[in-house]
Amino acid sequence: MLIKQAPDILSSEITPEDLYRNRREFIRTASGAALGFVGVAGLAEVPGGLSAAPQQDLLDLRTSQFSTDDTANTFEEITSYNNFYEFGIDKEDPKRYADELNVEPWSVRVEGHINKPAADYTLEDILAPHPLEERIYRLRCVEAWSMVVPWVGFPLADLIKRFDPTSRANYVKFETLVRPDEFRGQRTRSLQWPYVEGLRMDEAMNPLAILAVGLYGKTLLNQNGAPIRLIVPWKYGFKSIKSIVKIEFVEDQPKNSWNVAIPSEYGFYANVNPEVDHPRWSQASERRIGNFFRQRTTKFNGYGDQVASMYDGMNLAENY
Amino acid sequence: MSTGQLIRRTKPAAFILCLTPALVLTWDWFTDGLSVNPIEDITHRTGDWTLRFVLVTLAVTPLRWFSGWNALIRYRRMVGLFAFFYATLHFSTYIVFDHFFDIVSIAEDVIERKYVTAGFLGFILMVPLAITSTQNWVRRLGKRWKSLHRLIYVTAIAGVVHFLWLVKLETGEPLIYAAVLALLLGARLVRRYVVNPSVRPPPPVDEPSHRSRFRNREESRRTA
Repeated sequence: MLIKQAPDILSSEITPEDLYRNRREFIRTASGAALGFVGVAGLAEVPGGLSAAPQQDLLDLRTSQFSTDDTANTFEEITSYNNFYEFGIDKEDPKRYADELNVEPWSVRVEGHINKPAADYTLEDILAPHPLEERIYRLRCVEAWSMVVPWVGFPLADLIKRFDPTSRANYVKFETLVRPDEFRGQRTRSLQWPYVEGLRMDEAMNPLAILAVGLYGKTLLNQNGAPIRLIVPWKYGFKSIKSIVKIEFVEDQPKNSWNVAIPSEYGFYANVNPEVDHPRWSQASERRIGNFFRQRTTKFNGYGDQVASMYDGMNLAENY
Repeated sequence: MSTGQLIRRTKPAAFILCLTPALVLTWDWFTDGLSVNPIEDITHRTGDWTLRFVLVTLAVTPLRWFSGWNALIRYRRMVGLFAFFYATLHFSTYIVFDHFFDIVSIAEDVIERKYVTAGFLGFILMVPLAITSTQNWVRRLGKRWKSLHRLIYVTAIAGVVHFLWLVKLETGEPLIYAAVLALLLGARLVRRYVVNPSVRPPPPVDEPSHRSRFRNREESRRTA
């Protein structure tokens, strides 16, 4: 069992001992709370308008055979360079405006072709049965940069099994929260809101696909898609939808936001593929954040062993 | 204070002002003020400033018309050369940091990616303008200097198109540049064809010099 020491912890981020004890107590007594995932609203007030998201430690994490040995990017890098158009189009916007979003309380609507009841489930309901594990994954953005992120989450497949989809559920569709009062980017029409993404059922059931609730052993910051987001490491980053409020099991292929915005440039599949260039730039290489030299991009972002067979016989240049 | 004195005294200040973006960049470089993708950050900032300086250069002439302050022309060369300075930084960042002299991938980029083609064209066309910016060259080229330097219009258009073609979705910012450029070029068209249609600029380049001199006299008589 790996308990990772998060680097670069500001002293202001360290949980005061009494709160820590309270939380441990809460965790012991709360039924089903198999994870250290409790909001402590009192920590939210940081003077000076600094990012105030109350980050919690996520404890007792499992390790995963799917984690990469690549050196992870720093916490600072991962949390200050983000594409999250809900907060604005600049990479620095999500961090800058992160504290304008309140993610508590949070619920996720699960509906569609499932045998279990469609309902709004609290985040605690969603998470309760799932032990958390650390997954150190490569993340390749369609803009030809990449990072390595030590996510904390659980397999999407495990959640899907709980809701027992019917045979008509060919795809899983996800939606991000719409709240223009707090997501300033949603006050303009850069993309369609809500942000929509989707996976084919076999992709969603692939063991590499996870729902992430944390990184570097702590709950997600808002700029990284708190409190719960998708991670599909063999696809370009825009598939890994953030701040999910709805999971729907559908028959037809969902219309994902970037595909709707520019269909000729962004497809549904969005598998990382150095052989299929973006119409306006090359996908052959990428810049790993923190590195000076570009490096070659690998097909399926290096996860071909786990995912390539799902696309046998498919023309990946057409299904970009 | 005479205009000449005023210009002599304000030019160093204008120089420092034009250099400020580079100084800020240098400062950020050494104080960790760049984003975690510093190469992208430098590329974007130098690109932005190239476009801004190109547009300021193009604004000098219309400003003279509206303000009547003809002395503005005496800052234009400096501003234009700063545009070239930032373009060179932008281009070098691309060559050195982004592709590390990988000629094959650069050539591929220039040929295959139309936004790179546009940017490359805009930059290449600036080179002869920078070279012929000296007093000596102005004299040597005479009338042809002006025709040659109209290439700045192509550079400006290529620069804006370069920006428009490279953004993912967020066309807001490049469209602002496009609008400003349209305004500056539009002002010229309006003046040439609407306000003052009798004054035609001489046809470009390869006209025999005696004729152009002759025509020049004609023109000055007509407009007098």
